[in-house]
Amino acid sequence: MPETGLKVEDLVLVRGGQPILAGVGFELPPGEALEVRGPNGSGKSSLLLALAGLIGLQSGRIDWTGGGEETENRTLLHYLGHKPAVRAGLTVAENLSFWADVLGATRENVAEGLAAAGLAAIGGLDAGILSAGQTRRLALARLVAVPRPVWLLDEPTSALDIEGARWVGRLIAKHLSAGGIAVVATHLDIDYGDGCGARRLVLDRRA
Amino acid sequence: MRAFLAIVGRDLRLGLRQGGDMLTLVLFFVIVATVLPFAIGPDRSLLARLAPAIVWVAALLAQLLSNERLFKSDFADGTLDVLRHGALPLEAVVAAKMLGHWILTGLPIIAATPILALMLGMDGTALGLAAFSLLLGTPALVAFGAVGAAVTVGLKRGGLVAPVLVLPLSLPVLIFGTGAMAPMVPGASGQAFLLLAALALAAVALIPFAAAAALRIAGE
Amino acid sequence: MKRLASVDTQAPKPGFWTRIAHPGLFLGWSGHLVIPLILLTAGLMAWGLYLAFLASPPDYQMGDTVRIMYVHVPTAWLSQFCYAVMFVSAIGTLVWRHPMADVSQKAAAPLGAVFTAIALYTGALWGRPTWGTFWEWDGRMTSTLVLLFIYLGIIALWRAFDDQLKAARFVSVVTLVGAINIPIIKFSVDWWQTLHQPASVFRLDGPTIAPEILLPLLVMSGAFSVLFLTLHLVRMRTEIVKRRIRTLELAAARAAGGAQ
Repeated sequence: MPETGLKVEDLVLVRGGQPILAGVGFELPPGEALEVRGPNGSGKSSLLLALAGLIGLQSGRIDWTGGGEETENRTLLHYLGHKPAVRAGLTVAENLSFWADVLGATRENVAEGLAAAGLAAIGGLDAGILSAGQTRRLALARLVAVPRPVWLLDEPTSALDIEGARWVGRLIAKHLSAGGIAVVATHLDIDYGDGCGARRLVLDRRA
Repeated sequence: MRAFLAIVGRDLRLGLRQGGDMLTLVLFFVIVATVLPFAIGPDRSLLARLAPAIVWVAALLAQLLSNERLFKSDFADGTLDVLRHGALPLEAVVAAKMLGHWILTGLPIIAATPILALMLGMDGTALGLAAFSLLLGTPALVAFGAVGAAVTVGLKRGGLVAPVLVLPLSLPVLIFGTGAMAPMVPGASGQAFLLLAALALAAVALIPFAAAAALRIAGE
Repeated sequence: MKRLASVDTQAPKPGFWTRIAHPGLFLGWSGHLVIPLILLTAGLMAWGLYLAFLASPPDYQMGDTVRIMYVHVPTAWLSQFCYAVMFVSAIGTLVWRHPMADVSQKAAAPLGAVFTAIALYTGALWGRPTWGTFWEWDGRMTSTLVLLFIYLGIIALWRAFDDQLKAARFVSVVTLVGAINIPIIKFSVDWWQTLHQPASVFRLDGPTIAPEILLPLLVMSGAFSVLFLTLHLVRMRTEIVKRRIRTLELAAARAAGGAQ
């Protein structure tokens, strides 16, 4: 996994003709996480979409540092939005193997991903019958099954119980200790385990 | 390539597991072609003359109806967002999805053509021409349908807009497809096959770029 | 640490064209053009109609029905010119994301549809005495009909979206695909016609047009073109004002606040 850092300067986002973010900037060296906080509509999700390259910038710059010479931005990062990208009709294991294939990883970590998400025992079941929490866990299992240095997580603990939320915290902590970075939009406190914390970026709602 | 095959394989697996959709599509194709003789009358020679038109209009309508599903569920459950960070550029993802969709919708229609040939009194040559013209033409129909499906993917009430957009654009496919089966002008059939093949190639090669552009806009 | 890749966007410095095409400034300078354009349209239209109905002789072959051509040919030309305007605007929307390009596209679509419909209607009127039927599956008429369907489909797509900024970009994709496809449709329809109906029909083109017919034709074409420019400009202004109202409404809704 290539070490990657992130530097954002004067980011201005406009969506649907409305200003969403004005002049956001931060720096994230390898091994650190950024928690994005703020009320609904303050632009947390839009910031992640912009970092993921899914929406265009009005102005400002996003710099990814490090990584290999040949790597393209899009294969450096995981974007985990509100929608889980889990398909009913495929089994739990098939869902994850599909993502391993399509995201350009080998399948060697698929079993590990399922085990980490606590879904190893039901890998053969149709993903359509999973509960909301299990679906979210399966989505998060992508992070384990396909190692990538940058995680962009939008409310990763939503639909999860307290135990599940702790698991997400441990998952992120492990990722950071391996040199990865994470940008996490959340309105709940995430427990990263002892001694581990995240930088914080608080967005306010602007009229 | 592995990622490309993974997308095609997944769509085929989903389509075959929910095999009902495929059967319904074939049923629709056959029913449309059966309803037209009721409107025309049971005159066998007239029906045989109209058979190319009937087969192609039925195929066009069936293809048109099935295209809506091309990107809709992948858009709704976030799969398209994740696919954009995959090993393939979005244009190749679109091409893979078009291929999977064609196998699931185009091939069954072609396979069902002999039933229509029997009912419409087509001879062996006419059946062969029909199947071959559909083989060349359905990929182009899928391609034009992909544009319509991509630009309406985020619409909740977009059901009718896509067909209205796609039908005029698909007109050349219909013209060359039925032209390929018209025996009255010497040489026209071969010419139509060449034009149909050229059109299908161009559409399949170029339209993934347009559809991918539309899907990027939809993702914002 | 070397930089792998970066996304960098600078706010563009306003150049001459940017200032010309800025929506607010456009409202300013285009306002002065509306009245002169209306007067020019009225003048050209009056002169053209005088030439078309009073000052030109009936055709030796078609008689007075030739006068239909003085409306038919200009609208047929505009039906294609409107699409060209939409095509250029679509590139502006997709490549430069220019709001004026969005507005120009949206303003041109219904105009194109109406001019195409008039071209079809006058074509049918001319067809009755000439071919003995209102509708003949003639190559040109058929292509024009398909063009009308494409216009109407594009208008339907505009109307299907609530977010007109997004709609502009989706419509642009369809407009570009249509622009590549329209010549193919035209070719396929012509091919289809030779397949089914080898006999050719009378066509008003080529170098055989008499000068007493050519002059009213040119004046009427000019008059209709200026009419298009005027309507396009007015519709663009209306659309900009509509968008401003919408923005103000959104701002008011935000200011009123909610769950804070």
